[in-house]
Amino acid sequence: MGGSKKKYDVVVIGGGPAGLSAGIYTSRARLSTLLIEKGMVGGQIVNAEQVENYPGFSEGISGFDLTQSMHRQATKFGMETLNADVIGIGVNGEQKVVKTAQGDFVARALIIAGGSERQKLDIPGEAEFTGKGVSYCATCDGAFFREKPVAVVGGGDAALTEALHLTRFASKVTVIHRRHELRATRILQEKALAEPKIELLWDTTVEEVAGGNFVDRITVSHVTGGEKAVIDIAGVFVSIGFKPNTDYLKSILTLDKTGAIVVDENMATVVPGIFAAGDIRSNSIRQVISAAGDGAIAAVSAGKYIGE
Amino acid sequence: MSKPVAVTEADFDQTVIKAKMPVLVDFWAAWCGPCRMVAPVVDELAEDYDGKVSFCKVNVDENPKVASKFGIMSIPTLIIFKNGKPVSNIVGFRPKDELKKSLDAALG
Repeated sequence: MGGSKKKYDVVVIGGGPAGLSAGIYTSRARLSTLLIEKGMVGGQIVNAEQVENYPGFSEGISGFDLTQSMHRQATKFGMETLNADVIGIGVNGEQKVVKTAQGDFVARALIIAGGSERQKLDIPGEAEFTGKGVSYCATCDGAFFREKPVAVVGGGDAALTEALHLTRFASKVTVIHRRHELRATRILQEKALAEPKIELLWDTTVEEVAGGNFVDRITVSHVTGGEKAVIDIAGVFVSIGFKPNTDYLKSILTLDKTGAIVVDENMATVVPGIFAAGDIRSNSIRQVISAAGDGAIAAVSAGKYIGE
Repeated sequence: MSKPVAVTEADFDQTVIKAKMPVLVDFWAAWCGPCRMVAPVVDELAEDYDGKVSFCKVNVDENPKVASKFGIMSIPTLIIFKNGKPVSNIVGFRPKDELKKSLDAALG
């Protein structure tokens, strides 16, 4: 290394569909491109056993196969991939410096596609029992709760979809929602309300997750009265929304109230030469196709910026 | 060339619990994307730690009893066994460097 910083035309942060699509476009446009991913190349969609709404795959395709193929496609055009955690970014005139545990990288343009992660409940027991009964992915972990009672926390589309999925395995699914009405679309509400295994607890929050080696109970509390109850449960599936991975960007970019990056229709942020794409940008619809579209737009915008 | 060995309920005790060498067991299923992401990393580790650690794979759908015995509630889960006892439990995808650290810590 010797302190010298490696230079690229474009550095892409995040290896989900947005970042991979951006990488396909920039590397195919002959811009030297480095993609930095802290975990799995492919992003959250890797958890999807079947993606049924991505055009061109009429029989469906697994999130793993889809994103691995995107990665091969970008690599074929010359994109490089680095497994590292981005610690921070710095703007030095036209140079953007990306700091990682593996060293610093300099780019002429930056595409931020770091996605989002599941919002946590931030209650006692949650971290301790993650993977031991607390889960953020019903499609991943549902099968381990055969004939056991589980809870889903949340009231949106994702929460009800997960609750319905869990009825295939669990003996009972208690949906715990802090409001008195669901945000989920009508069709999902109707399905959930008609499902005998699903019980809804309204105006209720979870206070604590507890157990021995594994979760065996939760404490819930009514939002108005505050009276508490303990429910025997083997699994808690948390589905209360997503948090964009923008903690290290607060001081540089403009974020909306959810923490997502504000961009214009060219995926440009407030800093010239820094673009954002996918779930991490404001008003994302959180779909693979929109992430891919964002990535393409950000890549073309980055190319124009570099050409100017 | 050392490759991970598929282990079932029938031979788990013989291959893992009674093994003299430390064993890393990869609990996985075909429908699990992150498991498919971990698999090539485990293959590489099997080569890197050839002669020091043996590597096994348990399909949790085909071997639910082993999975439940070790409290698997999320996959991929990697468990490192030493003298028949689990000494390290890694849930979810981890990059190779991090897995190496866990292996070295368990070996040390």
